[in-house]
Amino acid sequence: MIPGAFAFHRPGTVADAVALLASLGEEARPIAGGHSLIPMMKLRLASPGHLVDLHGIRDLGGIRADGLDIVVGAMVTHHQLIGSDLVAARLPILRETSLQIADPQVRYVGTLGGNVANGDPGNDMPAVMIALDAAYEVAGPKGARRIAAREFYQGAYFTALEPGEIVVAIRIPVPPAGHGHAYEKLKRKIGDYAIAAAAVVLTLAGGKVASCAIGLTNVAETPLLAEAAAKLVIGSGLDAATIKAAVAAAEAIAAPASDARGPARYRSKMAGVMLARALTRAQRNAQ
Amino acid sequence: MSTMHVAMTVNGKPVEADIEPRLLLIHFLREHLNLTGAHIGCDTTHCGACTVDLDGKSVKSCTVFAVQADGGKLLTIEGMAGADGKLHALQDAFREMHALQCGFCTPGMILRAHRLLQENPTPSEEEIRFGISGNLCRCTGYQNIVKAIQFAADRLQGRPLQEAAE
Repeated sequence: MIPGAFAFHRPGTVADAVALLASLGEEARPIAGGHSLIPMMKLRLASPGHLVDLHGIRDLGGIRADGLDIVVGAMVTHHQLIGSDLVAARLPILRETSLQIADPQVRYVGTLGGNVANGDPGNDMPAVMIALDAAYEVAGPKGARRIAAREFYQGAYFTALEPGEIVVAIRIPVPPAGHGHAYEKLKRKIGDYAIAAAAVVLTLAGGKVASCAIGLTNVAETPLLAEAAAKLVIGSGLDAATIKAAVAAAEAIAAPASDARGPARYRSKMAGVMLARALTRAQRNAQ
Repeated sequence: MSTMHVAMTVNGKPVEADIEPRLLLIHFLREHLNLTGAHIGCDTTHCGACTVDLDGKSVKSCTVFAVQADGGKLLTIEGMAGADGKLHALQDAFREMHALQCGFCTPGMILRAHRLLQENPTPSEEEIRFGISGNLCRCTGYQNIVKAIQFAADRLQGRPLQEAAE
């Protein structure tokens, strides 16, 4: 399981990386943590002639507050997210989700940028990002732009990134203090991708749901924003009947593949179960 | 194939080589440096038998190119014992607690446990199990591996030793 040959480039700045990707063309791919790309290269499912390594670019690191947002550099690892006091305090769903991704070794190396930019339906962070209504800061040959996560995912491994563009940071509006949050992931074993998973972020007012956003992982070619399900729970106290209706709305939009993780019907049902669990837990941890 | 020059520290010693970029770190260790302690168990980034410590991180060396370790500081199982041959507390614990049978997963387990104890010197059983979830073992059922890590953690913290349970 030896990858094909390639040339390895180590730019020191975002501008250099973008210039390299532009000049090397479609034979070049950026590499972040590499724990999606390198396994594919070892199977020869990907054989880029050039790799542009993003590790040397300091501007791609860092977690900082910026006004009402938290901005996470694309090369921040899951390990760093888990250890960040700022994330734990203001965006706990990020920490919770990172802890459910893969295993300690992969988390040391895997990045938030890679997890959101790859377009793999199995990645966990995209559903969380669409629930949080995050945006991706992108750099490319035509300059910088910002793409809403909710507009980013177009198909399996197919995103709104143009050739030569890279995600440089993830900008997340911080939910109100006291918000409820949960990422419920059903998996065959620890470290596996999701059979189905649900991300919930909500706020309560007077015991009723004031706002709610729901993202679903790995039950379609893209992460799904479960808008109908979220609308149903707003104004409710998350009684059993409301949760049941939200679950039905989530199952209705799920269109998972049948694969080793289960047949499609089962996975749709499990999306509903994960949603119910996530709603209940988010309600419990909201203040 | 064109090569790149890399220089890194492996188990405290400087190492230099001219290698292809596509050379995986596990192959660099095993075939170029003759450090055959790290093993290739699955080749699909699951089993962790290839786990080494790179710049203070547990990494699966089958999923890292050796060129990515350029300028880095590597620790492998061969570097765990003291210069005088005295076993590291973890190695001794794995022996004492019968935490290996075939031994194939053991170098990766010990390297991961080493970093785990650096992250958290007093892990609970649950934290140990979660902490080694990137390392698979087909022989032991993990029970004695967990005991060995607890035993080593106690010893490294200077806590009184307890005999292995009957």
